[in-house]
Amino acid sequence: MTAQEHNDRYGQRLLEVNDVTLQYKTPQHLVTAAYKVSFGVRESERYVILGPSGCGKSTLLKAIGGFMAPVTGSISIRGKAVRAPGPDRMMVFQEFEQLMPWKTVLQNVVFPMRATGKFDRLEAKERALSMIDKVKLRKFRDIYPHMLSGGMKMRVALARAMALEPSVLLMDEPFAALDALTRREMQDELLGLWEQFRFTVLFVTHSIEEAIIVGSRILVLSPHPGRVRAELDASKFGSDDVDSPGFGALSKRIHSLLFGHSPNSPKGHDDA
Amino acid sequence: MPSVPLTPVGLPLPEFECELVDTSSVGDVERPLGFVERFANNDTVRRLLILIALGLIWELYARWIDNPLILPTLSATVNTFISDLMSGVLVDRIITSLRSLLLGYAAGLVLAALFTTIAVSTRIGSDLLSTLTAMFNPVPAIALLPLALIWFGLGVPSLVFVIVHSVLWAVALNTLTGFRSVPETLRMSGRNYGLHGIKYVALILIPAAFPSIFAGLKIGWAFAWRTLIAAELVFGVSSRSGGLGWYIFEARAELETSRVFAGLLAVILIGLAVEAVIFRFIERRTVVRWGMQR
Repeated sequence: MTAQEHNDRYGQRLLEVNDVTLQYKTPQHLVTAAYKVSFGVRESERYVILGPSGCGKSTLLKAIGGFMAPVTGSISIRGKAVRAPGPDRMMVFQEFEQLMPWKTVLQNVVFPMRATGKFDRLEAKERALSMIDKVKLRKFRDIYPHMLSGGMKMRVALARAMALEPSVLLMDEPFAALDALTRREMQDELLGLWEQFRFTVLFVTHSIEEAIIVGSRILVLSPHPGRVRAELDASKFGSDDVDSPGFGALSKRIHSLLFGHSPNSPKGHDDA
Repeated sequence: MPSVPLTPVGLPLPEFECELVDTSSVGDVERPLGFVERFANNDTVRRLLILIALGLIWELYARWIDNPLILPTLSATVNTFISDLMSGVLVDRIITSLRSLLLGYAAGLVLAALFTTIAVSTRIGSDLLSTLTAMFNPVPAIALLPLALIWFGLGVPSLVFVIVHSVLWAVALNTLTGFRSVPETLRMSGRNYGLHGIKYVALILIPAAFPSIFAGLKIGWAFAWRTLIAAELVFGVSSRSGGLGWYIFEARAELETSRVFAGLLAVILIGLAVEAVIFRFIERRTVVRWGMQR
């Protein structure tokens, strides 16, 4: 089946990753992080890249973000090849320091909209305020990031990225540094926002559970170097289905795909 | 995993649920502190108390040894200070000093900005700055004074030259360190918005590195002030319209120790004022508010 036929049958691909091999240099080694990885993300998909550490999933996301160039293969967004970082692919990082400590919550959300020149001053402020409301931070909009908790900082980062209306939202293990309760809350919040805005999101995680909750489609990568192992459908499951048999079965299936054997505990989440 | 009871022996501990304890007896959960406690928490108050104590010790000790040629009392010093301030002599000296100081400080900052820009944009520039800083930072500005006198003669240009030398390396080094320690995530965020070049430096790097840059500005200021007074002491000898250093030198030559002290007092007061008013103001508005520094 050609790409055209594929698109016709399953919907237009927004992001296309073709045979991408990624390498980076450490002072001693040349590391191959990902090897001949191909996949496509369609409009409004919640696409999760899942794999253990060392499968090159973060490197892959950086390449899509335009922060590094693939050695071979190509990455394109809406048919345009990715060459440099740009505001059409907003990144949300795991680290809290992605917010600018010298700007208030509101200023942080407004800044990219102004810096990219995509919105004028009034419009940017209006959009920022409504987005801050959406992530329930209205009371905190004039506060500096250092006064916020980890979950709140993550909400600001999310609001900031979404306010810009990027073609695709790139999230690099965004909730990994949060405590378990806040993480679950944020997953629900992300899903709630998605219900409203139907944005396209590419989400990297190493937690099978998180992948099934957040994702509508899951790309399973195997490590050293990262190669595609499977692409699965998880659109049926949300955070309410964690205890359902279907969720458990999918989780078990992913587990065996990653590690070549079934988990020995009946509910085999690899939650770290 | 087979389920193993956690209690080692005996019956399992009973579970319980209960109503929350009534907290009305605590009063407000957040209560303002008492006056004395708030008073003692004020930095300015504590520092003022220390100053008063030091002044008292000085006054008492000077009265006890009773030798104004060696150690004039605090009151005598303050008297001389005020009368010279009133007569305009001291004001003139201070203005002369501050003029050279600001000139040198500004020139030093501009050069430091230039050097760091080159250093962050190219690898060879960074090597150049590292090497120059390593070479010149340990050289006392005063050691360059003879050279300055040969090149520029007596007067303001020589002073500016040595001040630039004392400001430049400290500020450049701190700024470069600051730029280098900007977190990678923040850099990537900035580039994510498509920022580059001057905009990237101005909107991301400088504010992110501001704590270091600011520390550099403070150190540079102190170095400049010191260097200036020392330099004026050296060639105030043959200059007509000297600054504060010349004022101190003159007083020593005339054995007016209380005037020497008054000059030193002026040096200290100006240093304190700049530190406590200007720098503290900037600090509160920036790094403290941003949570980058307590």
